[in-house]
Amino acid sequence: MSDATALDHGPEAQFGDYVALLKPRVMSLVVFTALVGLLVAPVGVHPMVAFASILFIALGGGASGALNMWYDADIDRVMRRTQGRPVPTGKIAAGDALGLGLALSGISVVMLGLASNLFAAGLLAFTIFFYAVVYTIWLKRSTPQNIVIGGAAGAFPPMIGWAVATGGVGIESVLMFALIFMWTPPHFWALALFMKDDYSNAGVPMLTVTHGRRVTRSHILAYTLALAPVALALGFTPIGGPVYLAVAAVLNAGFIRGAWRIRARSEDAALADGYAAEKAFFRFSLAYLFLHFGALLAQAALRPYGIGGW
Amino acid sequence: MAFGHDHELHTRRFGRNLGLGLVLAAFVALVFGLTIVKVSEGNPMQAFDHAPRPGMAVPEAER
Repeated sequence: MSDATALDHGPEAQFGDYVALLKPRVMSLVVFTALVGLLVAPVGVHPMVAFASILFIALGGGASGALNMWYDADIDRVMRRTQGRPVPTGKIAAGDALGLGLALSGISVVMLGLASNLFAAGLLAFTIFFYAVVYTIWLKRSTPQNIVIGGAAGAFPPMIGWAVATGGVGIESVLMFALIFMWTPPHFWALALFMKDDYSNAGVPMLTVTHGRRVTRSHILAYTLALAPVALALGFTPIGGPVYLAVAAVLNAGFIRGAWRIRARSEDAALADGYAAEKAFFRFSLAYLFLHFGALLAQAALRPYGIGGW
Repeated sequence: MAFGHDHELHTRRFGRNLGLGLVLAAFVALVFGLTIVKVSEGNPMQAFDHAPRPGMAVPEAER
C-alpha cells in the first residue's frame, strides 16, 4: 500500500491529454498569425529570439485555453463538439486545468518579456486576461455579443508578434488585429448555424439562440461587408502590396458571395441540404484567414527582389 | 514490495513523466540558446552576485 493508490480512480490522464488542454488547433492559428506579425515587421529579429518568442506566445495562448476549459467544464459537458475534452471526460480535474493554466500564463509572460521586450509581454498578459476573464468568465454566458468582443483575444497574436520585433504598435499591426477581429463573428456564427442545438442546450446566448437564425444570417453578411475594407486597407500599408491586394480582392469577393448566399437562404432550404452553404462558408473562412496572412508573408518574402511592397 | 520493483503507478505514468522530462530539457536548452544569443548580441545584462557594482550606480549628476 502507498499513497499512490489514492490516485488510482478514474481514467488516467496521459501527456497528450495535457496537450489537448492547451487547445493545439487554436494554438496553431496563434503561432501562424504571430509569426507573420513578427516576420513582416520592418525590424529584424534573431531567429533564436523569434523562435522562443513565438513559442511563448503559443504557450500563453495554450494557457488561456486551459483556463477556458477549467471555467467552461459544465458547458463543455453538454455540447457535443466539446464533450471529448479532457475535463468533461474526467481525465483531468478542473482544478488541475486551472493550476496548469495559471502556471503557464505566468511562465509564458515572464519568458516572453525576457526573450523579447516588456511591451510584448504586457500585450500577451492582457490577451490571456481578455480571453480567460473578459470572454470566458464574463461575456460568453451573458451576451450574444460574446464572440464579437471575445474575438479580440484571438486577434492579438499578430500584434504581439509585431511588438516582439518593433517594441510597439503600428497602423499595420492594428489592421492585422482588425482583420481577425472582424473575421471572427461571421466565422463563428456560421459554425453556430450548423451546430444547431449545441449552444442552446448549453445555455450559451449565441446570436442564433437569442435573436434567431434569420438575424444571424443577416449579421454574417453585415460583418463580412465590414470586413472587406479592413482587409483591403491592409494592402495599402507598407506591409501590403499588389500580391496581397490581388489575393485579398479575390478572397473578399468570395467571402461576400458566400455570406450573401447564407443571407438569402431560408432555414428549410438549409435543412434540406444539410447546411451545405453554411459549412462551405465556414471552411472558406479558415482558408480566408490563412491566405490573407500567407499573402502578407509572401509580400515580405518578395520585397528584397523588388516585387511588391509599396 | 521488492527493492527496485516499480509501483504499477510508475509504469502507468511513464509516458506522462517522459513527456514532462523532455519538455523541461527542451526548456533548459531554449534558455541556454537564448542566453548565448543575448550575450553574443551584446545586450546589457548582469547577474546579481552580492558584489558592489560601481558601473550600475546612477551618476551623481543624474540623481
